[in-house]
Parts: sequence; structure tokens; C-alpha cells
Amino acid sequence: MSFKRDKKEEEDSGGNPYQNLDKTIILQEARYFNQSPVNPRKCSLILTKILYLLNQGEQKFTTQEATEAFFATTKLFQSKDVMLRRMVYLCIKELSTLAQDVIIVTSSLTKDMTGKEDLYRAAAIRALCSITDSTMLQAIERYMKQAIVDKNSAVSSAALVSALHLSSTAPDLVRRWANEAQEAISSENAMVSYHALGVVAGSRRNDKLSTVKLVTRLARAPLKSPYALCLLIRLAAQLVEDDDSDAAQPYIEFIECCLRHKSEMVIYEAAHAIVNLRKTARDLAPAVSVLQLFCGSSKASLRLAGARTLARLTAKHPTAVAACAVDLENLISDPNRSVATLAVTTLLATGAESSVDRLMKQISSFVSEISDEFKIVVVRAIRRLCTKFPRKHQSLAAFLAGMLRDEGGLEYKAAIADAIIALVEENAEAKETGLAHLCEFIEDCEHTALAVRILHLLGREGPKSRQPSRYIRFIYNRVILESGPVRAAAVSAVAQFGAQRPELLPNISVLLARCQLDEEDEVRDRAIYYSAILDTGDQQLINDYIVNVPKPNPVLLEKALRDHLATTPDDPFNLLSVPAEEEAKESKEPIVEIEIRKPVQMSIEEIYGEQLAKIPGIERLGALFKTNLPIDLTEAETEYRVRLIKHIYARHVIFQFECVNTLSDQLLEHVCVKLEVPGEYEVKTVVPCEKLVYDKPGSVFLVVEYPCVFLDSLATFGATLEFLVRDCDPTTGIPDPGEGYSDSYPLEEFEMTCADQIRARAGSDDWEQTWERVANAPEASETFVLSQNDVNEAAKAVCEHLGLPKAAIVGDAVKEIRGGGIFRGGAPVLVRARLAAAGNAVTMKLVSRSPREDIAQLLLAAIE
Amino acid sequence: MVHTTMEGSLFEPTLYIVKGMCILDNDGNRILAKYYDKDIMPTAKEQKAFEKNLFNKTHRANAEIIMLEGLTCVYKSNVDLFFYVMGSSHENELILQSVLNTLYESVSILLRRNVERRVLLDNLDAVMLAFDEICDGGVILDTDPTSIVGRAALRTEDVPLGEQTVAQVLQSAKEQLKWSLLK
Repeated sequence: MSFKRDKKEEEDSGGNPYQNLDKTIILQEARYFNQSPVNPRKCSLILTKILYLLNQGEQKFTTQEATEAFFATTKLFQSKDVMLRRMVYLCIKELSTLAQDVIIVTSSLTKDMTGKEDLYRAAAIRALCSITDSTMLQAIERYMKQAIVDKNSAVSSAALVSALHLSSTAPDLVRRWANEAQEAISSENAMVSYHALGVVAGSRRNDKLSTVKLVTRLARAPLKSPYALCLLIRLAAQLVEDDDSDAAQPYIEFIECCLRHKSEMVIYEAAHAIVNLRKTARDLAPAVSVLQLFCGSSKASLRLAGARTLARLTAKHPTAVAACAVDLENLISDPNRSVATLAVTTLLATGAESSVDRLMKQISSFVSEISDEFKIVVVRAIRRLCTKFPRKHQSLAAFLAGMLRDEGGLEYKAAIADAIIALVEENAEAKETGLAHLCEFIEDCEHTALAVRILHLLGREGPKSRQPSRYIRFIYNRVILESGPVRAAAVSAVAQFGAQRPELLPNISVLLARCQLDEEDEVRDRAIYYSAILDTGDQQLINDYIVNVPKPNPVLLEKALRDHLATTPDDPFNLLSVPAEEEAKESKEPIVEIEIRKPVQMSIEEIYGEQLAKIPGIERLGALFKTNLPIDLTEAETEYRVRLIKHIYARHVIFQFECVNTLSDQLLEHVCVKLEVPGEYEVKTVVPCEKLVYDKPGSVFLVVEYPCVFLDSLATFGATLEFLVRDCDPTTGIPDPGEGYSDSYPLEEFEMTCADQIRARAGSDDWEQTWERVANAPEASETFVLSQNDVNEAAKAVCEHLGLPKAAIVGDAVKEIRGGGIFRGGAPVLVRARLAAAGNAVTMKLVSRSPREDIAQLLLAAIE
Repeated sequence: MVHTTMEGSLFEPTLYIVKGMCILDNDGNRILAKYYDKDIMPTAKEQKAFEKNLFNKTHRANAEIIMLEGLTCVYKSNVDLFFYVMGSSHENELILQSVLNTLYESVSILLRRNVERRVLLDNLDAVMLAFDEICDGGVILDTDPTSIVGRAALRTEDVPLGEQTVAQVLQSAKEQLKWSLLK
């Protein structure tokens, strides 16, 4: 049987002896380890097979199998063969995460790590530290300290690296080895010194002062190891970034000095740090010239390093990069496509309009060969070009459309669609061509999400175009050919045309009637809904329910609906009580960047929702109306840091005081906030923070009821932090015995403003109609003289007070602020302000309209 | 392991630089692979999908370096073997390159310059030990190929002739002859 197997393996094309391994057979073979004496070669082969199987990861070991293999392996400590022993260590490490009771080999490994055989010691330390836990660590602590300063560099490195791994689970214990690690930094061996620096710097991660000391000392007598130098440059650069005063000058000098090091690795590290730190082009010059040299290197990784770092610089210093144009030009036909892409996109970002066509041609020659990540980089570069050179829109749009037709993943296609959408939105001239390209794309688009987005855009932009009817055919084709979600989106898009172009309404009604026979519920529901509203012919109704529909944040909407069902299922649900979706913030991205992973964006309400849920009786307050951005109530770098977050409800506000204790030798208990409440406010509930340990944020919550009169809600609060201090051991955090003493800490005053209580947005396109429609609502108006002497500044300040976004400011000569919003409690309010400069001051006439006169008044009061 | 996400664009001061190392054959199949970051490709399935993609992108163009799926990958190939070292895209490429050089050079010495799949498979145990000596949990342990080989190639030649197979004897005789000719 086994003979046959061997033969079959031999015949196998590549002759991989490990190809057809079977888990159960190998586990049987491992029983051989129990014999005595063993043949080291044979054992080594079996261990290799086990390791190969684990590495391939296709046949998973169960805990029982792993434990069985592990125990069989431990039998091999009887053999004195060096190679075999090393394989045993390797197996122990690999199986330790799968098997049970692995600590059984502790004594064998300890014996090896303290023995005479140098070849065992280093590897034994690493194996031991991978199976040990913090309780066992204390037993070997003495040996570890000795090993760190051992004469043998491999032993020393092994101990240091193991210490680094352990520092994530047992930081205090490892911190006790810092003295030995300090000593090892000055080792002759490059790697030992590198590892030692890593351990020491890691143990001081949260202690800035001692990091400063460490870097200052080492920068004066630079290290020999290039790896250690790279690490030191990173530490120094971080110090400069935190504190950019003159005190950082020595670090900058040190980094600049490293530009002249003989190792390319160190030179690049220094150049990269300088490029990311320095502010003026002159400071950059030495680093840029080094990067320029890299671009001409014969090694691809050097060229990539150079091109990549220059590319990143285009955002801040286009001129500095433009000076390298010649070097970058040489790279556009680089055999490494990553390098070529970076070069072309960088040139596009810095170059003149005249060179665009030539570079685009260059890109199209290799765009099919590069990875999706880089295609996205190219797309982004083109998107920025569209903004920079609007006149080039035709060729750019054609190029994007060409890319859209090629093969590619969703992320890539989405990036292209984004670029075209941005083009359509920014450039009125490009609108028709852009939409036409998108129409063509959805004819053959396999990504549902993308098709839905484009249909939505067509619904929004199409009705405004000169020939809206041509888009309807494309959209209606989707209704015939696509899956449910796309059909539903198409129905919504078609309805937009009916709502905004009365001349098309008869045709649209026919289309919608046909959709009412669809087999998908969502499609039918939408068709019926839109038909019903369009049939009324009421322009107001159509506008509010088809054209300008407020979009609530979906996550919060779900939560609000759940809460509603749980508490008051019989009452009608008020959609206005749900915070609207915030306008997607344009993230500041560097001009050329390869990263594609982006953090999940969460609204601030979602972030704090969970914490609020712990407050007793919270459900009685109703749905959360708004959460305001945190404000600091303490100076930076004080003993205790406190941030205030105001959560607004219809008739209550929750003050969340987020406290951080920055003293490692103190434990705070019964942390509470004493609030000086202005007249009409009333504190309802206080939820103190029972325990505040070092560096872990904890929150105190106060539920406060608003005054009955809206106008009284604008007020100033005073606050004091009160707590019980208990001294504790800085390393373990265990408090000293004894009572502790109570103490207090004054916080800065804070205000309840109008902006806190309103969910505002800028006026939309149909502002005039909206404003006129509420002409008979109660109105409040007043003329103010503002202290600012610049109209723009004044307009911004007013927006800030009212909580309006900057986009609410319109007009050139006469500034006008147009906006509206919903006040807590659900009352809508519109506001219009006209500003004009008069001499040294700015005068402003502010008018606000709201069904509730007191709210209209409050907006005026907010400015005073 | 400590992972702090770096907000700025400076490199992070950490020793955890290597995210993974692997050796693939000329069909893109894994011979050996190690991934060191629990957050990046935690399962064998994801790893193998990544390796397939990586191989497809690199086996034709010998371009030394590629950015893929948020990682910087440096690579080198010989005959029917492909060597890769992966790091974060926010990492000094030249450090990764030095790790790759170490890996390749160590394996090359171990295999007595016969960097081929067949020979590598015959010495898989030593190559596994070399992997272990180059990188420990993402930290670069050593970059000197001679000292690595000194600690990985422990197969002493004192194995009695009787325990070697005929093929092994022949192989080592061939080797000796070749080296003596090359001198």
C-alpha cells in the first residue's frame, strides 16, 4: 500500500513529495515518535509534513488532533539531534495555538534556554515565550533578563523580540526588563541594537518625556544599525509632528543628517520623514533632490519609493514636484507599471493644460496592464483634472467612458462613475455628454448598487436638461430588463421626470401604470405611490413628496422605529424626529494616494447611541434629536481631561462629560459633575462614573430638562468635577489601602446655544418658492450692526451661531444667508439674512419665519 | 500585538514591519507562506485568493515591486520559484526589499545556489527554519544570510553513509563535483 503511494507521488508531474499528504495518515506516522531511540531524519521528515499541512491550511486539525500531535512531538526531546530539536520548536510554536495543555513543555524548553548549546538557546526562548502566559512568565523572568544581555547576539535578539511580543499581554512585567534592554541598545550587533530600541521605545509609548530623552541621547551618538536608525528617525519625526517649536530643531537636524547616510534605506526613511514634516519648499530641497536621484535608480523599489513620495508631495508643494518633471517624464514608460502610473498621475497633477492630451495617450497605452488599485489612482487623477481644466472635459469624459467599458471590479467601476458624476455636477457644459456616457454604461452594468446610483442621478439631473425625454427611454429600458432593486430605482427616476416636466406627465403616467403590474412588491408600491401623488396635480404635494424629500439617516431611522414600536406603538410616528442624513463630507485626500481602504463613516449619533442606552429611564425622553460635536472643558495636557457632548431631545438635554484621568498613580472613584444650572433649567437625573482608571475614558451623564419657554433655553452653565481620589500603584493600578480623599476640579463654562438645538441645512435650489410659501407664517425680523468689518467673516460668524453650514451663504456683492431647519420638538424654521458693509461695520437684516413665533424670536436672540 | 492606526502619513515607529512572506511555485501554488498580522487575511482561503491574485499580477513582468490590496509586495523569481515579502503600503519599501534579499539569499545558500522547486522541496525543513530565523511574528529577526543559514542548515554531514539513500549519495557527489569544477 505505502509502496504504491510512493510510486504514485514519484510519477506526479512536479514530483512534490508533500502533494498528497493526508492528515490521518501523518498523525499515525507521528506515533513513531514514541519509540526509543528514534531516527532523527525520519522524525524530521514527519514533522516537516505536519508543518507543511498546517501551512497549506486546507486540512484543518481539530483540537484533539493537534493535541495528539503536540504530545507526540514532545517525546522527541529525548533525541540530541540539533536539526530535529529545531523542528520540534517550530512544531511547538505552530501547534501551540491549536492544541491544549501546551504549557507542559515549559520545563523542557526552560532547560534548553538555559543550557550550554547556543544553537538551542535562541530558538528555545522564542518557542517558550509563544506558549507561556503571564503567570508562568514570572518564573522565567530571571532568565529572560540574563538572555537580553547575553553575549550571543541571536540569544539576545530572541529574548528582545519575545519581550516585544509579550508586552501586549504583560506590559508591566516587560517594563521591568527595560534596564537590560537599554543596555542592549548599544550592542555591537546591528539587529540586537534594533530590537532593543524597539522594546525600549514601545515601553515608553505613553510617556512622552522619556521618549524625548531617549531620542535626544541616541540622536547625538547615532546608531550603527540602519534598521535601528530608521526606527529612530520615525520616533524623532513623531516628536517633531507633536511639537513643531524650536525645541524640535535638533531632531530635524538629526533627520537631515541621515540624508547623507550610506544606506539607501536610511536615506529614504529620512527623505520620507522630511517630506511629510516640512512646510516650506526650501526646507524640502535636500530631500527632494534625494528622491530625484531615486527616480533614476536601476532598482524598481527605489524608483517606486521615489515616485511615490514625490506623488504624495503634489498636494502640498506642486512647485517642488514640478521641478522634478524631467525625472518623472523618464519614468512614464517604466517597465514597472506601478512606477509608470505614479509618474503619469503626478505629472498630470502638476503639469500644464497643454501636456494633458499627450499624457492621457501615454496612460491609455498601459492602463489595461495595471492593477485595479492603480486604475483607481488614474481615475482620481483624471477627476481632479476635470476640475482643474474644465475646458478639457470632452476628451477626459471620453477617456473615462472608455475605461468604463473595460473589464474591472465594482470598486474600480464605482470610482469611474464617481468621476463622471462629479464632472456632471461641477461642469454645466459637460452635463449632457456625461449623462449620455452613464446612460450607455447602465445598459450593460452588472453591479446593482452602481446602476441604482446612476438611475438616481439621472432622476435628479435629467429633468433639468434640454431634452429630458431622451433619458426616459434609457431609464425605462431598465424597468424591462433588470432585477428588482434596479427596476424600483428606475421607477423613482421616471417619477422625477413626471414631477418636474409637466409636458411629459401623460407619457410618464402610462409608464407608471404599466409598472403597477410588476411582480416585485417594491416596484409596484413605488409605482402606485408616485402615480397617486402625480395624479393629484397638487404642485406643493408633488414637490414635498417626490422632488424635495428629506432623507433621514437610515441607521437612526431604524433605531427610532424600533424605539417607537417598543414604547408608543399606537401613536403616529413623526419622521421629522429622526436626524437627517448629513451631507457626505468631502474627505481631504492627498493628490495621489494608493490606499483604498477607508474607515467606515459613522454619524456622531450612532457612535454615542450605545453609551446613552445605559442611562436609566432614557426611553422616556423620546427619540434623540441631535448630538453635538464634543467640546473641551479643560486645557490640553492637564491632570484630567474632560469633553462635553450635548445630546438634545425634544424637552431634555443630556450632558455627557467624557473624562480621562491622565495620572497613572491615581484612581478616581464616584466621579460626578456639579452643575450650576441657570434659572429655568432643572436637573432630572445624574449618572456618576463609579471608577475612573488611568487613561481609560469614563462618562458622567446629567439629564436636564429644558425651560418651558424656548427663549429661556439660551443660557450659560458652570460645572465642577467632584470625585474621590485614591492613590494607586502606577504599574498594576491596584489602589493603596485606605480611604482616599475627596477633591474637586473646576471646568470651563459652557453654553446652550441656538445651533445646539437646531438641525439646519442650507437653502435648496427652489429657495424662493419655499420662502414665499410660508409668507403668512409668523415672522420675526431685526436689523443688527455686527462687530466684524468684513462681510464674509460676518456671514460665517452668523452661520456658526445659527448652526447653518457655510453653503448657506450666497451672493457676491450683497451677501445673503438662506437656510432652514428643524428646531428640537419638530417645528420647522426658515431664516434669511442680508448683509452689507457700511463703513467699518457690517449691518445685517435677519428675518426668520416659523409656525412657532417664539422659535423665530429665538433665532434673532441667538445673534445678540 | 499592538496595532495603532497611523493618521498622518509618517511611517509608524514599530518593529512589526513584515505582514507576510511566501514562496510560490510556477503555477502560483503555495509552497510556504506565513502571514503575521491577524487583521490582514486571517483565513487560509483569503490568503490563497490573495496569492493567486499576486501571482497573476507578477509572474509575467519581473518588475520587483507591486502595490496590491493595500499591501506593498516586493518579489523575485528564479526558474520555477517566486519569492514574496509583503508589508503595509505605509512602509519603507527598501526595508521590505532588504528582507526579500535576505530570504532569497538564505534559501539560495541553503540550496547551494540550485534555487529550484525540486531542490527546495527536498530541503523544505531547512527552508522552514530559515523562514523562522528571518522573521518572528512580523518582526525582522535577522538579515544576515550567513548567520541565518548557520542556524537553519544544521544537517551535519556526519550522517552515516548507510542511512543516506543512494539518490542522496549520488546527489551530494554530483554537488561536490560541480563545486570543484566551478572553483
